Amino acid sequence: MDWTQYLTPLTLGAWVTIELTIYSTVFGALLAFAAGIGKLAHNPLIRAISIGYIEIFRGTSLLVQLFWLYFALPVAGQAIGIDLRLPPVAAGVLALSLNIGAYGAEVVRGAIQSVSKDQYEAARALNFTPRKTLWRVALPQAIPEMMPPFGNLAIQNLKDTALVSLISLSDLAFRAEQLRNFTQDSTTIYTLALLMYFGLALVLTAMMKLLERFVGRWRAGAR
Amino acid sequence: MSDEPIIKFDKVVKRFGDLTVLNELDFEVKKGEKVSIIGPSGSGKSTVLRILMTLEDINGGVVTVGGEPLWHEKAPDGSLVPASETHLRKMRTQLGMVFQQFNLFPHMTVLRNITEAPVQVLGLTKQEAKQRGEELLELVGLADQAQKYPHQLSGGQQQRVGIARALAMRPNILLFDEPTSALDPELVGEVLNVIGKLAEEHDLTMLLVTHEMRFAREVSDRVCFFDQGRIREEGAPEDLFTDPNEERTREFLQAVLDN
Amino acid sequence: MLFGIAWDTSSGWAFAVSILPILLIGMWVTIQATVLGFFIALAVGLVWAALKAAPLKIISWPAAVVTEFLRDTPLLIQLFFLYYVLPEFGITLPAFMTGALALGLQYSAYTSEVYRAGIEAVAKGQHEAARALNLSGGRTFTHIILPQAIPRIVPAMGNYLVSIMKDVPLLSVVTVLEMLNVARIIGDRTFNYLVPLSMVGALYLIMTLVASAGVRLLDNWLPKQGIPLK
Repeated sequence: MDWTQYLTPLTLGAWVTIELTIYSTVFGALLAFAAGIGKLAHNPLIRAISIGYIEIFRGTSLLVQLFWLYFALPVAGQAIGIDLRLPPVAAGVLALSLNIGAYGAEVVRGAIQSVSKDQYEAARALNFTPRKTLWRVALPQAIPEMMPPFGNLAIQNLKDTALVSLISLSDLAFRAEQLRNFTQDSTTIYTLALLMYFGLALVLTAMMKLLERFVGRWRAGAR
Repeated sequence: MSDEPIIKFDKVVKRFGDLTVLNELDFEVKKGEKVSIIGPSGSGKSTVLRILMTLEDINGGVVTVGGEPLWHEKAPDGSLVPASETHLRKMRTQLGMVFQQFNLFPHMTVLRNITEAPVQVLGLTKQEAKQRGEELLELVGLADQAQKYPHQLSGGQQQRVGIARALAMRPNILLFDEPTSALDPELVGEVLNVIGKLAEEHDLTMLLVTHEMRFAREVSDRVCFFDQGRIREEGAPEDLFTDPNEERTREFLQAVLDN
Repeated sequence: MLFGIAWDTSSGWAFAVSILPILLIGMWVTIQATVLGFFIALAVGLVWAALKAAPLKIISWPAAVVTEFLRDTPLLIQLFFLYYVLPEFGITLPAFMTGALALGLQYSAYTSEVYRAGIEAVAKGQHEAARALNLSGGRTFTHIILPQAIPRIVPAMGNYLVSIMKDVPLLSVVTVLEMLNVARIIGDRTFNYLVPLSMVGALYLIMTLVASAGVRLLDNWLPKQGIPLK
């Protein structure tokens, strides 16, 4: 079989991979901000929830989390009489977001803490509320600091989407596996799949660099 | 200048661990008075300003600003209890501070640095804040720099923005914490000019911690010499600088003026 | 029954207790795969680091591209690639070895960066000092640079050890009976996924906590100014 014939099914799979990456990166980023800020909160309950979430999802394996959400959660739901069966796409996006969000939360926390004490003092002298200090002063300065590690996490997330093929979502990895089963032409198919992932990663890296330049446009040397 | 003190330190104690920085300090500033605080480093000069700006709390005594305790609140039974954040927020509206390292917000333009707090904290409209900001930039001679970012300005220009930013909140009391110490010598003058102009033209109460002795002498109504957490000597600038009573003051002045 | 151990489904607790020994057998495989993968990553990463530092662009460039490729593509596909493609070239490895090799290769891209960063951080300045003392290039590297770079390298490597551990469950797709695979098999046969999968989660938390604590201990124990090599 000619290798060009693999391109259509693989491209279809790549679209699913792109969608999964976008959804889970966006949800993951939201979770990262919530838990990263939550870990610095004064309220001990919010802090405990944030720390618990971060530690559990950083301390266990993504595939364990994915299987737990897909296979174990419905059993738990059954026990308490709620239907917690998730469609594969929901389980996949949820597991990827929760996982990447936990790593991102540490990035967010670290970046907020790296904002200098002087800035907090200036905000206090100008009578900003703690909330406005966070949103107006600390976060705008912390976000450019977060971008390089966020870029790495986004790549990590793209690679991790391949795991959802194991709960039968037809992403790029799934299509490749399907084609191999069908044709046994493993060398060509996996080489193509790897190259496509590599291409996606390069595009994603370039996009994150652009985003980094955009959020840090006020910085010295940025222009 | 009225006679009632707008700032009053009553036996104020401040410790950092084992180190006593303010040792039962008694200190008063009258409304509209311009006071310079001089003294060796580590004598607690900046701590006085930082306590007033509520950046440092106190370990003993009472600080009063505008007749109200700063770090305390009156409980229903009349006794003083440590202040809540709400009380501190109310008290802070009377004060403004100019920092040694400027502490401008690097992610905001010059104008935005000045308008942000009036909009976010005082609730001015963007238009009102912008007008106020432009007037203040005019005052500090930076009207043409409004759209630049802090890192594009010289240190002296940044500090003038710092002054405009503090003034935008319309404080009664303006605190200057070594405003020229971080500047290259050739940039000190432009900042001192602005402070001098403010001292002349406004009835602001000004408290200035500085190493610029000549400027302190020109601009202030009174100079306080701090040493080891207390005021060792205070008086009118011409008296204190020309004929200090205390040996410590004489030594200190000798040392700085020789440099 | 798995590995000759039967489970007891009479109650949740009895079930959990009865499958714990089975899961621990899987955990042992997880640990073995982690350690083997880690050592491959350390060794191969060192090769990449050396190639990337080569003065000839014709050597350093391909090495940089290959490590970037390894870093930017999914472990799962790399694993499938090795598992299905290597035999076509006459290389037949047991699934466990293929899995450890895939882990090692993917992480060699990361470890090569750790070596590079660790050595570069030390090399500046020290190189000149060594040249002034007239030490040879080789001696400079083994006696001056490496001893100082090691304390910087070890903690970062330790973090990758923990990451490898969390990636081992992927090996289940090529039939390796590591902990997650074992739990799934139990789930498939008992229709109770909740207990075994939750136990795997808990066991993972314990493993990563212990490993992270070990890394921190090692980091504290290593003298920051460097290790003298005899």
